[in-house]
Amino acid sequence: MRQKKKWYDYLWLFSLTYLALGFFNILFAWLGLLCFFIPLIIAVAGGNKAYCNKYCGRGQLFSLVGGRFGLSRKKDIPKWMRSGYFRYGFLIFFFVMFFLMLWNTYLVFAGARSLKTAVTLLWTFKVPWHWAYRGTLFSDGTAQFAFGFYSVMLTSTVLGFLTMILFKPRSWCVYCPMGTMTQLICKAKNASTKPVS
Amino acid sequence: MAKRKASIDIRQCVACGCCIKVCPKGALSIPKGIYAEIDKNLCIGCGKCAKECPASIITMEVAE
Repeated sequence: MRQKKKWYDYLWLFSLTYLALGFFNILFAWLGLLCFFIPLIIAVAGGNKAYCNKYCGRGQLFSLVGGRFGLSRKKDIPKWMRSGYFRYGFLIFFFVMFFLMLWNTYLVFAGARSLKTAVTLLWTFKVPWHWAYRGTLFSDGTAQFAFGFYSVMLTSTVLGFLTMILFKPRSWCVYCPMGTMTQLICKAKNASTKPVS
Repeated sequence: MAKRKASIDIRQCVACGCCIKVCPKGALSIPKGIYAEIDKNLCIGCGKCAKECPASIITMEVAE
């Protein structure tokens, strides 16, 4: 007996739409901030990971493609990838790259650097993306942030798809920086109620 | 044959909630966002959670 589908079981449509919109107009990338702030707010205010557990559209997308469509070997993830060293290490790396992206955005805002209409995949490969940009009413910096943020989202989707194919559908969840971060917040928040072993 | 029930290595649990979504009995929960907990009275030992767990930290153990 499978549980009845709830409205939030369709949030994978949001994730898919988000990725698609970035191909048409990069400024939609700003919407991705929702996937950053909602889990944090839930963790800080509610002290739980309801976002991961129920609402995460990306996780749903992976379990749909990897599980239902079978695009996954469904093998165990290597031990080192689920270790704290890797999970926290990846979180720190992700943070550093994120702040570098914010710094580049700032430089464009400040006029020290010109707008680069490219999406950086896997922090290395610059993919021309000028066709998704037709100017903005605001500073060029708003567009630079959109390109940077979309790079983050696309990179993590690519990584997630790779580990989905190699291991289990939602392998991304094991090292997802947002998941690690919200779990840390929950640990800190609930430390007083119950000692964490 | 001895009855088996799901057992979770809570130190390695990432609290993603994949197990909750596949459990046909609603035996799993992540009350504090740190790790999943199993209600052994509800667990029927089907092993779906162990199969789904992306970290592969759920094992089916013989219940004492």
